[in-house]
Amino acid sequence: MIGHKHTDFTHPSHSSRLHHIWTGVIGDKLAIMVCAAFIFYCVVGMLAPLIAPYDVNSPDFVDLLNAEIAPYWISADERFLLGTDSQGRDLLSIILYGTRLSLTIGILAVAIQALIGICLGLISGYVGGRLDNFLMRFADVQLSFSTIMTAIVFLALFQTAFGINVYEDLAMFMLILVIGLAEWPLFARTVRASVLAEKQKEYVDAARIMGISKTRIMFRHILPNTLTPVLVIFTIQIANAIIAEAALSFLGLGMPSTDPSLGALISSGFRYLFSGAWWICVIPSVALIGLILVMNLLGDWLRDYLNPRTYKH
Amino acid sequence: MTQIPLVQISHLEKTFTKDKGIFSPFRFNKGKFQRQQESVYALNGVNLTILKGETLCVVGETGCGKSTLARTLMGLTPPTSGEIHYLNDRIDHLDDNQRLLYRRRMQMVFQNPYASLNPRMTVYQTLREAISFHNPQMKRRNIDEKIEGLLNSVGLYADAMDRYPHEFSGGQRQRISLARALSVEPEFIVADEPLAALDVSVQAQVLNLMMDKQEEQDLTYLFITHDLAVVEHFATRVAVMYLGKVCELASRETLFSAPKHPYTKALLSAIPRLDTNAPELIRLSGEVPTPMEKPIGCVFQARCPDATPRCFSEPPIMKKQKDGSSIACHVHEEDQTS
Amino acid sequence: MSLLTVKNLNVAFRLGKQELPALMDVSFSLDRGERIAFVGESGAGKSILGFSIVNLISKPGYIQSGSIKLNKKEIIGLNRRQMQEIRGKRIAMIFQDPMMTLNPVLTIGQQLVEAIKSHTNITYRDAKNIAIEKLLSVQIASPERRFNQYPHELSGGMRQRVIIAAILLLNPDVIIADEPTTALDVTIQAEILQLLLEICKKNDVALILISHDLGIVSKVAERTLVMYAGRIVEEGPTLELINDPQHPYTQGLLNALPQMALPGQRLNQIKGSMPSLADRPSGCAFHNRCPYAMEKCKDQQPEFIHSGISTVSCFMIEEMLEEERNAQEGLL
Repeated sequence: MIGHKHTDFTHPSHSSRLHHIWTGVIGDKLAIMVCAAFIFYCVVGMLAPLIAPYDVNSPDFVDLLNAEIAPYWISADERFLLGTDSQGRDLLSIILYGTRLSLTIGILAVAIQALIGICLGLISGYVGGRLDNFLMRFADVQLSFSTIMTAIVFLALFQTAFGINVYEDLAMFMLILVIGLAEWPLFARTVRASVLAEKQKEYVDAARIMGISKTRIMFRHILPNTLTPVLVIFTIQIANAIIAEAALSFLGLGMPSTDPSLGALISSGFRYLFSGAWWICVIPSVALIGLILVMNLLGDWLRDYLNPRTYKH
Repeated sequence: MTQIPLVQISHLEKTFTKDKGIFSPFRFNKGKFQRQQESVYALNGVNLTILKGETLCVVGETGCGKSTLARTLMGLTPPTSGEIHYLNDRIDHLDDNQRLLYRRRMQMVFQNPYASLNPRMTVYQTLREAISFHNPQMKRRNIDEKIEGLLNSVGLYADAMDRYPHEFSGGQRQRISLARALSVEPEFIVADEPLAALDVSVQAQVLNLMMDKQEEQDLTYLFITHDLAVVEHFATRVAVMYLGKVCELASRETLFSAPKHPYTKALLSAIPRLDTNAPELIRLSGEVPTPMEKPIGCVFQARCPDATPRCFSEPPIMKKQKDGSSIACHVHEEDQTS
Repeated sequence: MSLLTVKNLNVAFRLGKQELPALMDVSFSLDRGERIAFVGESGAGKSILGFSIVNLISKPGYIQSGSIKLNKKEIIGLNRRQMQEIRGKRIAMIFQDPMMTLNPVLTIGQQLVEAIKSHTNITYRDAKNIAIEKLLSVQIASPERRFNQYPHELSGGMRQRVIIAAILLLNPDVIIADEPTTALDVTIQAEILQLLLEICKKNDVALILISHDLGIVSKVAERTLVMYAGRIVEEGPTLELINDPQHPYTQGLLNALPQMALPGQRLNQIKGSMPSLADRPSGCAFHNRCPYAMEKCKDQQPEFIHSGISTVSCFMIEEMLEEERNAQEGLL
């Protein structure tokens, strides 16, 4: 990492940490179940185009003749396992694609958060002084705006400025960007706290005495030792990002109804909730709740398991 | 032994100022804003000369500034005032890049073997980083050979290379730390309490190793410790520090047979010895204070059993004695003259 | 009269399905007012022993078997309340870090007064007077000021004195001091040890000192027990033990001290290091570091024998004694 001569060093920290997590998963039934569910969601998301019974991109996917068909166990219609929505789309297919979208947005948004947060946290903690003060107060200010509020203002402005059509094309990137930029302070604070602790340790002094450069000490020596809490936040933040995305979509500021995420699906089904077609809203909700539950459980378990009191390294 | 001064420290002072945020230094006091800072005077004018090839032990209790001395010497914290010379060059004011030249020649071994090695780097990576940083042209094969040689020379097997620090015991880690310091072939090593975290039998191993290395590579040590038993065994000369000042500097034989400064006497009387004819314990009143104000007079005044009014007003100066030691004490000086 | 008797105490740590023995067949007794010391390096199990006596051993560790009798009453298997009673009134502990005992959010005074009022029914004013008196008795200067200070405002040595004052309030039969001076400076260490010694003598309190420093032990304890890898390997009167150590480990430990070699010479090191809990060697645990190891040391555990100076568990000593006896019989 970082432009330096010795980039051929293999990164050991990762493998040893992953190994530690793996041995932990094996010894814990809840962890096995949660991991299995997480992998299931990921696989479903990745393989959506292969598993889905219908091709969502083909023009005859929308067929108003098939609108609002109840799920198989009620309507006994074998074509649509989970029924169809108000436009006659196969619910199973769009849920699979929606899961794929929600997960992508969640993971990419958190990746942006992590990238910005880790870099700023590292610099803030290691350099200290005025820069640290400035960055942390900036983070405080940013955190005092709620993510959803910022996103609403930003996305609404964007929609009115560039028109709904441009927005629908760029919706996914906009969501990733907005959610990603909104919550970096969480990562920055966590990383900064661990950097402050690590900075005191003698191995950092030893590296300085060797004459090793500041950037290299920061990224090569300190960073790998601060990643354990980051991993935990990363998992939980994915759940939060997915919730944020769903909320925005529900408010009509997220994904367009032609390319719906889970949130957009719930939103569009909400209108039919009391007119008999409950499944359009309920089934995607269950999928979303399941996904968020899995991410939160995973994060909680990681937090307990990687707790320094038990994590003896 | 030729007496070439390798490192010269003169009038070294270090004050730590606590600075909490932008606003906290301004306090509302007696109707007006005051810029208020909390300071700790860690070093108050240290003069020391380290001769080539010797082991200079610095002894003192917690808070006497011995670790600060090591850190200032190694350029980890800049001194407030004073000068440090390495051979003929002044090094205390250099920045990181200019200092690079001296990094090879001065190295440090730390107190805590559990924190001084990066837990996420293998022994190989730790040593390789040091070697290839200072020898950018060195071929990979040569580096590997050198690492193997280094590990053997500190009593570790080559299979230790690919293991992480947590797989080693405290003593082994201290060997790795020493190997890291030796990897750039320095001539001067500062050791900050390297034995404090180790068990007795392992202490002996590490101390022996350090003595071997000194003979083999003609090293000069500045050895910082609170353990007088180790000093008695290992030192060429001893400097006793109290509250940021050297109060007695003597060769080992002189210090242990004829201690002169009241603090040295008290310190020597407090070692728990195995033999039964230990000297009577000299009780000092109170404990080592934190030097929040620049001391006026002798630093030891508050606890000294023999303090006179002069000790409270005038700081004593290091004076050379007949037997070659130097001490800073009014009372002793007056005893000599009267 | 024996105050505390520990017999065949076995303590193990349970890690998954593995059972790692931490203490094996530890037996000793302590008389009223006697001062004994456990010496060994880290990993010898001496701290675990201290915790086991007061049943404070924490989770993966547990007492497998054995008996601990205080005043002839078994204390293993007592319930929590009864154990608390014993810890409060009969056995007191001093740790290396005084903050393990002191509550950081209460002043020294509050903590002492609370301790007094919990088992006597007196007014706050009286309790305060007693507390200040006790602070004075552990040589704390200006106790009235200290009374209102929080633990973090005191130095390490001062905190250790406060702990000793608190212990004096309870008037226990036994004090277990686990490395009480390791974190302190030499001059302070000497004073705390002196204080501890005076208090034990004055109040007829028995002391179990746990330490790695033979120098400290020789100043305080009448009897010393050397531990290695979870077992007691040698037990004897302190001065005799130091002047004429029998067990090769005790010898090694003493010889490794810097004062045992001429200045500038190499120290007599013991090779290797203390085995960890997981890979204790079979037989005599010291055999792979022992310069006198024999074949049978590798798979048999030596019994305790009395060597004339100390009680020791070593085959080498056993054989030496046997030879001596044979030689004497031959002479007769």
